[in-house]
Amino acid sequence: MTAQALCAARAGVIACATCGLALRPAAPAHAGHCPRCGDGLEWRHPHAVQRTWALLLAAAILYVPANLLPVLVTNTLVSSQPDTIMSGVVLLYTTGSWPLALIVLIASVMIPLGKLLALAYVLVTVQRRSAQDARQRTRLYRTVEFIGRWSMLDVFVDTFVVALVQVSPLMRVEPGPGVVYFMAVVVLTMFAAQSFDPRLIWDAAESGERRDAGSR
Amino acid sequence: MPRVVCRCCDLLQRLPPLPAGGKARCVRCGQTLAVQPADPLDAPLALAVAAAIALAIAYTTPLMSLSVAGREATTTLPGGALAMWHAGNQVTAVVVAFCAVVAPACYVALLLVVLAAVRRPPAPAWVGDAMRWVDRLRPWSMNEVLMLGILVALTKIAQLATVFAGPGLYAMLAVVLLLPAIMSTFDAREVWKRVAWADGTPAAALAREPAP
Repeated sequence: MTAQALCAARAGVIACATCGLALRPAAPAHAGHCPRCGDGLEWRHPHAVQRTWALLLAAAILYVPANLLPVLVTNTLVSSQPDTIMSGVVLLYTTGSWPLALIVLIASVMIPLGKLLALAYVLVTVQRRSAQDARQRTRLYRTVEFIGRWSMLDVFVDTFVVALVQVSPLMRVEPGPGVVYFMAVVVLTMFAAQSFDPRLIWDAAESGERRDAGSR
Repeated sequence: MPRVVCRCCDLLQRLPPLPAGGKARCVRCGQTLAVQPADPLDAPLALAVAAAIALAIAYTTPLMSLSVAGREATTTLPGGALAMWHAGNQVTAVVVAFCAVVAPACYVALLLVVLAAVRRPPAPAWVGDAMRWVDRLRPWSMNEVLMLGILVALTKIAQLATVFAGPGLYAMLAVVLLLPAIMSTFDAREVWKRVAWADGTPAAALAREPAP
């Protein structure tokens, strides 16, 4: 099987991103609109690498305040206790619910960091025209896209703790300044994953293979 | 055999006829290319009606309540987002309201409209627009994440006070179970076969394929 012969774009065939209709545009430079669903046709997402890098860098910058600033502030009659994401995980662990502590640790700490690293890795390998492990990198990208929404977990937890624990003056929980940064990290990395085009992994692999074959 | 293009790696390939309940994967990258549920229109419609009822209950009845030292507090699902707004975190409140309330409601409503409209083909072309929004809303409709978030919140609050689950929580659980059931019985290809083409191509040409 030669990959070059089977790539749809190389064969002049474009697939509608919305309805999946495969068609052969008369003028490849202006693919136009899908005759079935009316959506705009595009060979690849426009400026996918630049857009994904931009969103990813913004998310990486916001990741710092998201983890350093408190997300919840618990006020009781005698004390005021701010909690960051990490200290919330530690609190869950020490109060005895380690399965939930593990879930929050994975969803709020490991998934956002993993998403940032995985998308950066995929972008760098595409820009270096890497021909290796295209299948694994595609799978990595699909995992990032699928799993990304789970980081919103902590935002929902904070929301409902704030909503329910309003028995002032006994006990009041307020959202900390970290919540909005954390939410922005999740939303930005979701947009970053959506703006990337996994077909670029295979385009880069094909051109990388040709380059390696030529240099030999 | 119809030609399909893998949306993940752009590989052009032929799709063999699938048995009922079958699934086709891309030979190069492993992406799911097509599914063939046994009953792709009636089963998801029935499930979507059930999901709409469960969502209505989940949004309007108390989600959970708390009792500490004789004081009580209760909240609903939209009430959670509202509390975030009143606590001065409006941006977060809007995103939570969108992901927890607006997106799931629109998602189920659009699915209902699409599935009802394609029962008498050819469905009008606006059904295609509705399908596009179903696709766009899917990642933002975070019912299962929300469900887990509520459970973690309940556990956290249980350290401070006595908490009770309300009817809204059970309705939410039903939604969380119903939505994947809709997705696994639904086949977008079956819908597209029944939608009138945006450019006015008559239904007879629906089987049109490129001939590379």
